[in-house]
This record gives sequence, structure tokens and C-alpha cells, in this order.
Amino acid sequence: MSDPDHPPLVRIEGVTKRYDDVTAVDDVSLEILKGELFAILGGSGCGKTTLLRMLAGFEHPTGGRILIDGADMTDVPPYERPVNLMFQSYALFPHMTVEQNVAYGLKKEGLPAPQIRERVAEMLAMVKLGPLAGRKPEKLSGGEKQRVALARSLVKRPKLLLLDEPLAALDKKLREHTQFELANIQYQLGTTFVVVTHDQDEAMTLASRIAVMHEGKIAQVGTPGEVYEFPANRYVAGFVGNINLIEGQVTGRANGRLQLRADALDAELTVACDEPSGIDGSVCVAVRPEKITISREAPAGADRNVVKGVVRDLGYFGDQSLYRVRARSGAVVQVSAQNLRRSAKLTVEWDDEVYLSWEVGSTILLRT
Amino acid sequence: MSEAKDGHDDRSLLWLCRAVKLPYFWLLLFFLMPFLIILKISVAEPIVAQPPFTPLLEWGAQGFEGLRITLSNYAFLFQDGYYGIIYLSSLKMAAIGTVLCLLLGYPMAYFIARQPPGRRHMLLLAVILPFWISFLLRVYAWIGLLNNRGIINEFLLWTGIIDAPLQMLYNDFAVYLGIVYSYLPFMILPLYANLERLNLDLLDAAADLGARRWQAFVDVTLPLSVPGIIGGCLLVFIPAVGEFTIPALLGGADTLMIGRVLWDEFFVNRDWPVASAVSVVLLLLLIAPIMWFQRLQTREHEAAR
Repeated sequence: MSDPDHPPLVRIEGVTKRYDDVTAVDDVSLEILKGELFAILGGSGCGKTTLLRMLAGFEHPTGGRILIDGADMTDVPPYERPVNLMFQSYALFPHMTVEQNVAYGLKKEGLPAPQIRERVAEMLAMVKLGPLAGRKPEKLSGGEKQRVALARSLVKRPKLLLLDEPLAALDKKLREHTQFELANIQYQLGTTFVVVTHDQDEAMTLASRIAVMHEGKIAQVGTPGEVYEFPANRYVAGFVGNINLIEGQVTGRANGRLQLRADALDAELTVACDEPSGIDGSVCVAVRPEKITISREAPAGADRNVVKGVVRDLGYFGDQSLYRVRARSGAVVQVSAQNLRRSAKLTVEWDDEVYLSWEVGSTILLRT
Repeated sequence: MSEAKDGHDDRSLLWLCRAVKLPYFWLLLFFLMPFLIILKISVAEPIVAQPPFTPLLEWGAQGFEGLRITLSNYAFLFQDGYYGIIYLSSLKMAAIGTVLCLLLGYPMAYFIARQPPGRRHMLLLAVILPFWISFLLRVYAWIGLLNNRGIINEFLLWTGIIDAPLQMLYNDFAVYLGIVYSYLPFMILPLYANLERLNLDLLDAAADLGARRWQAFVDVTLPLSVPGIIGGCLLVFIPAVGEFTIPALLGGADTLMIGRVLWDEFFVNRDWPVASAVSVVLLLLLIAPIMWFQRLQTREHEAAR
């Protein structure tokens, strides 16, 4: 990460923010690269918005410092930072037209009027709002407002654009469309985007890297694939996507593998582990629902974990089916299966006795 | 409708109230009727009698003989330059008083609106607290403060800052002070209501786009508070133009305000028709800003919806 030829655009060094007795952001360090679309993902109250507001300059860190493009931003006021923020509420000036809203930042920069007009027109064309330039925000739809807010925050050509829940106020259909448009604009401009969101789908589809925040701390940083397939801890595993968490007792270790006894599933499980020697006693493993194969016959092939159970619930979604399978000891495992073959009849039905199996390599060992 | 026919008393009363629109009834009774009486007197001639003006309807031996209307009172107002000067002077004093209220009230309303909610309500209570004491008493109290042997002068003399009492009473200064003191809450309340609603994200957005705090105030807060400014100014200006108590108690002999002229015409000259004409003209002068205020309010209501 610390490549001297490509220093990160944003360096957050041990930043802490305390309000009276609440620690909103707790010793966070992050590096965000130039041109990246970086997402900060977390539930409400995890400190992600506070971190964003510190990047924008609206909050002053209690400790630590923030560098943008090598310059210490800790004491730089928001109006002097090379950073713009797209507000969750959009915060469009209601007394100004679309054009005036977008031009505002350039006017404050003191740019000559013809240049302002040119850049505003260019920006409005990019977000496809040219014909609405003369409208007031109250006459715009939600999606149009969102685009004005985006244009207004991009028109100053910031080094870093911060987006606070950029899609949260849009309805589902529009959200999917806008998601791709946003990623497209980011790609075109090459501006570094930092998106704050509570929506894991949004983070997964938009971002090149994700930082998962929990209780003011960074729980994990990685690509969407890393965060999903190799969650660092229980919180990340549970927050991003669906997952089955399984408690087990270590019964043996050999060749970079751990043997577990999972009482809740009444099964013996195997999980890969680089350094199995240090682990003992009770551990937690996890497996994603889509990694599990469900069948009525005993599965063939080695290197698989196998659990027996009964189908208690079945959800048919057309493209896939979700099963909730109860093991003999009572624990429930979620399984999702793609319906690859065209058939009106399901091969597995309610109350069927089934085998659940998954590769040893799909089993995630969670240490914390 | 059917309930009204059934004759349930309270129900039919409710229906009646709805039908005649109680607010209009209220206006009719307490605004339009008195105005029509004043209008009637303003077109009569003064006579030495009880009441001291000629009746509108002429009744002769054959019964109704016709209307008796004269516009001479109005003609008198326009011929005598004195009234014109007083109208102008009243408008000027009310305008200056309004501007002073705005200059003082805006920062106060702004300050209150930026406090945490609990303290906001305390401060608002403090703003309206003077209303618990009679307006007349409060204006009287200023005499005690301002006169040559009043508390302020005594204190200044005692400290040695001045060696002769300052003339602070019975002049325009005292009248402005009285107007600002009495009408300040009417300026603060609508401004507060407006400023309190301001979305603070807008100020953050302005700062984010490169505006310093004062620029954000000029570009965002101020234009968005214009409805509050207009509302507050009209609430102060309209009653201040016709103010009687303040110029009568605190003003000097040369303080020209229409309220005092009205008083003099009614009670000193006992010329009710001219006095009525004076107040009708005053109403006509104020009707334009009142209607503007009304339109503004309906527009705000629509915008709020």
C-alpha cells in the first residue's frame, strides 16, 4: 500500500473524534488512492458520517490528522479544502436556479463569468440537465435533484469528492440506474470518490475498495471480493451479505487444517488454516448460503464438509431458491441454490431429508 | 345537512358556524362595521350637538328624503398642507422605527434560532414576557427612566460623565426608543420562525463550495429570510404609523404623528367628521402594505405545503 511512487491521495492517520463521553471515531487510519472509488460502509452510528464530515472540514478531529495530497488538512476550513461534499439531503439552495446552484462554487472561486457559464453548461450536459438549467430545485424530481447536487459538487473539479449516502433518497429502480451512472462519471473524470453508505449492495457494486466501520473503528479494508469472501471478523461476515455462523470445538489439526466438532449441526467440519497451532478450544466458522450444495443423496467427492438436515422453509424466487434447513440438533442453516435447469418441479421439497455440503475451501475461519 | 334538519341544537349550530364561516363573521363584526361607521361620520358635517355630526339619512315630514353626503372633510385634508406633512412625518417615523427594530431584532432572532432547543424557548419567553404588563404602564415607565430627574440622568450625573441632565424625553429620540422597545417582539417572532426553519445543511454546502461564514450568510441565510424580514417589518410598520400612546406620552410638542392629530381632532376640536376622514385616509395609505402582507402569507402557506 505504501508505494512511494504512488502516494495515497488521502491519508487518515490515527483520527479520533470524541463528543463529550461518546467516541464517534476511534483511532482510524486509512489510505485512499488517487482515482479510487472508495466506500465507507457501516450501520447507523458507526462513525462513518463523522469521518466524512472530518474529511470535508466540518468537524475537527479530537486526535490524529488528515492529509490530502500530502498537505495537512487538520486546521484547513472547509471553504479552503480541495474537497467537495454531496450532501445526503442534497442541500440545494432553494432560492437559486439549477444553473445558479451549480455556478455558486465557481463564483466563490472568483472565476470570470464567461468561464463559469462554460463550465456550468459542460457539467449540466454531463448529468443531462441542460434543459432544466432555469428551474428552481422545488420543481425537480428526486433523481434530478440528485444530479444537480452531483454537478454542483463536481464543477469545482475537487481532488476528492465525498458522497454522503448518494442514493439513499432515490427509489429502487432509479437507484440501480444511478449507481451505474455514478460509477461511469467517476470513471470518466478520474476524480477520487469516497462514498459513505449503510447499503452493502451500493458499496459492493460501486466501490473499488471498501472500508467496513463498526463502533468507530475500521473492521476491515479490502476489495468487495475480499470483504465478502474473506471477512476479517464476525461483524464484517454478518454485515456484508448473508452468512451461516457455526460454533465448534477444535478436535485436531493437521496439514494446515483444523478439525472441528460442531455440536449445533451434529457434524465434524474441516477448515483451512495457515497457522493452526495457535488455535485451541472454541472457534467460529462461517459459510455463505450460495456455497452450499443441497441434495437428497449423499454427496460424492472428498474435501467437503457434510451436514444432514430437514428442509423447514423454502423460498422460490424464480432465478434462485432459498432453503432453511434444520440440522438434527436444531440449528438452522441457510442455503441458496441457483435454479439452473428449467423445471416446474423442485428437486428438493419441504420436509425432505437432505445433505448439505460445501468445499473445505469455502469455509471461513473467523478468529474474532 | 340532515343533522341540521333534525334540529339537534349543538349540531345545527356547528353547521351554521361552518356555513357562515366564523372568521368572516368576526371580521364583519369587528372590522368592517366600525370602519363603515367611521366612513359614515367622515362624510357628515360637524354640528354642535350630540352626536356632533349630521346624520347620513335625511328624514323629513314625508319620510325618507335622501342621503346627505359631503366630501368637504376630505377636501379640507388635502387643501391644508398640515395633514400631508403629518402623514409623511408619521410614515417616516414608523419607517425609521421599523428599520431600527430590524437592525436590532435580526441579530437577536438569529441568535435565538441558533441556540439549543431548551434555551430557545426560554429566550422566546423572555421576548414576550413584557406583554404580561400593560403596554401603557410600560411606556409610562420610560418617562421615569428618561426624564431630567430620571434614573438614567441621575446616574450619569452621579458618575460625573455629564454635568447637566440630558434631554432624553419629549423629543423624537424618546418616540423612536418607545417604538423600538414596544414593537421589537413583533419583529423578532416572525424572523425567529423563519430563521429557525433554515436547513443548516445549506450553510455547510455554501462553506463546502468555498463561501466564508459571512458570505454564506449573505448568499443563503439573508435571501431565505426575506419573508421573515417583510413579515416582521409590516407587523411593526403598520401599527407604528397610527401609534398614539408613544408619541403622546414620550413625544415633544413638535413630534408630528397622525395618532396625536386624530386625538386632537376628536377630543380637542370635537370635529368628528374631519377626525374620521383622517383615519379613513390613513387606512387607505396602509391598505397596500397590508394586502401585500396577506399575499405574501398565502404564498408562504402554499410554499409550506
